[in-house]
Amino acid sequence: MTKPLTPPQPSATFDDMTMAEIRRAAATGIYDIRGGGAKRKVPHFDDLVVLGASMSRYPLEGYRERCDTDVVLGDRFAEKPLHLKIPITIAGMSFGSLSGPAKEALGRGATLAGTSTTTGDGGMTDEERGHSQTLVYQLLPSRYGMNPRDLRRADAIEVVIGQGAKPGGGGMLLGQKISPRVAAMRTLPEGIDQRSACRHPDWTGPDDLAIKIAELREITDWQKPIFIKVGASRPYYDTALSVKAGADVVVLDGMQGGTAATQSVFIENVGIPTLAAIRPAVQALRDLGMHRKVQLVVSGGIRSGADVAKALALGADAVSIGSAALVAIGDNDPKWEAEYNALGTTAGAYDDWHEGRDPAGITTQDPELMKRLDPVAAGRKLANYLKVMTMEAQTIARACGHNHVHNLEPEDLCALTIEAAAMAGVPLAGTNWIPGADRS
Amino acid sequence: MSTTFDLAAAPLRDLNRALHAIGPGDNRTTWDIVNPRGAHSVAVGVTEPVEITVRGNVGYYCGGMNENATIRVEGSAGPGLGENIMSGTIRVTGDASQYAGATGRGGLIVIEGNASSRCGISMKGVDIVVGGNVGHMSAFMAQAGRLVVLGDAGHGLGDSLYEADLYVRGTVASLGADCEEKPMDAEHRAALAALLAEAGVEADPASFKRYGSARTLYHFNVDNADAY
Repeated sequence: MTKPLTPPQPSATFDDMTMAEIRRAAATGIYDIRGGGAKRKVPHFDDLVVLGASMSRYPLEGYRERCDTDVVLGDRFAEKPLHLKIPITIAGMSFGSLSGPAKEALGRGATLAGTSTTTGDGGMTDEERGHSQTLVYQLLPSRYGMNPRDLRRADAIEVVIGQGAKPGGGGMLLGQKISPRVAAMRTLPEGIDQRSACRHPDWTGPDDLAIKIAELREITDWQKPIFIKVGASRPYYDTALSVKAGADVVVLDGMQGGTAATQSVFIENVGIPTLAAIRPAVQALRDLGMHRKVQLVVSGGIRSGADVAKALALGADAVSIGSAALVAIGDNDPKWEAEYNALGTTAGAYDDWHEGRDPAGITTQDPELMKRLDPVAAGRKLANYLKVMTMEAQTIARACGHNHVHNLEPEDLCALTIEAAAMAGVPLAGTNWIPGADRS
Repeated sequence: MSTTFDLAAAPLRDLNRALHAIGPGDNRTTWDIVNPRGAHSVAVGVTEPVEITVRGNVGYYCGGMNENATIRVEGSAGPGLGENIMSGTIRVTGDASQYAGATGRGGLIVIEGNASSRCGISMKGVDIVVGGNVGHMSAFMAQAGRLVVLGDAGHGLGDSLYEADLYVRGTVASLGADCEEKPMDAEHRAALAALLAEAGVEADPASFKRYGSARTLYHFNVDNADAY
């Protein structure tokens, strides 16, 4: 009689990915650095559904009745606020992390769709300014590429306190991407690992930031809207303090928001999901009487018009996309599968953007690779995608009976999971239960 | 032609707008700013080669992002003096608070008194000459340019330094990560002598020690992890 065997039992705690990472760390002596945002599954907009009209509300005709999508950003203090056709903007991504053609494609696509693009940690290029009708210029801790000429030719200024992938962290651009042009823009020796600071060099805390923002307004003669971008971690207080510091617009980036390169442990473990960040931020604006006066732009994992509609229904004024825009212009396209395989990965999972070997020619400074991206065609794809997202959001808004996407409200939503119900502050589907609603 | 602007009588916004309105060929080349009384953002974002004298103490960010202008503060300056200066000269006859010359890309800042912590943080090409002492973490992550200190430097001088040159005549409480003493050759003494002369400061270049980047953090190595 054979002895019964205990079947092999994989550990849920020490799963294949975990053990591979332990072996990798032991072999290399460096933490894993990658691009993108959190890849783990977290409560997200998919966990919400929209309550279309029926007996209790009536819908608008899908293709006949107006449903507007425009948004004004920055009319609290600035003399020249932005007026965008759609409530979807392109998030900050640097020249350096992205190739010149990729930045041009983003500018072309956004301009066709009537919205804005944003610079990144590396300054403004002429190509980017030239191809973006509306361009937001980031003021980052590193101040790479910061100068008053670009400050004045920007349409808005975004003071970056943090980003969703790494609230509280700085950046790391490895030597492979510090090309002569990138090095010159950042005043760095070519080919070294660039360490970006996590904190601004000339102010600490919201009281100082108020003075800093006043300086930026003085330099630009009070014309440009000033955005403050924060990574989602304590959204109620961060939003309230941004308002106090004098922001025209608050940009709130959840943990699914991407980055060019950061420690994977940071991306996956620091910050909170986008879904969980919106309601506390909106509550802060309401408590200060500033909702719809200081605009809230939400980013981190926005992929479709449904995500747009749900974010707006929760109280955002606009959303911003980064990763999705890169996919739209060709990032991780299966047509490069053989080359992704050669890099030890597969289309859809390629995230070693910092290594500069992107087969799609987007996250690279390699002159040969970047030739693969046609900025005109890629810009058109981005414009198509932005228009599809907008039409999808309009479709949902009309189904709820709204003639502007900003009229979507939390009452148009319910949640499929208890977690999402608690985070979004909407009832679990089929109930009137909002977990945690009795606690502030 | 000299123009006097009284900050006790008109708002700061009017001052900066007037300074920004100056164009090439404008004859308002000399400005006297009176009653600053610690105001922030005095004479920020100026682009023309005008001469500005501020008669008293200023608050944060005086001369921020200056291009071409020559600014003289007859008093002391608050945090962020001449932040991100592009060119031109800023001189303070008294002391300066934190982050003087932060991220400055060009031009010259002269602080006749002492500067507080993080003087020259993340500097990218500016020259800063301090007549007295500088506080801790000065020239943190400095990328390019020169910081000259006639007095003493606080702890962590030049931490995570890139390619800036630091000259200190007095004592250094401690060097930051990846900062080391460098040889002071004839070429450095000559360059320092020229800079001291430009700053209008008398000191023997041979009495300074020079510090720069050891460049051990330029490429990540796990055996250097303790330095991060």
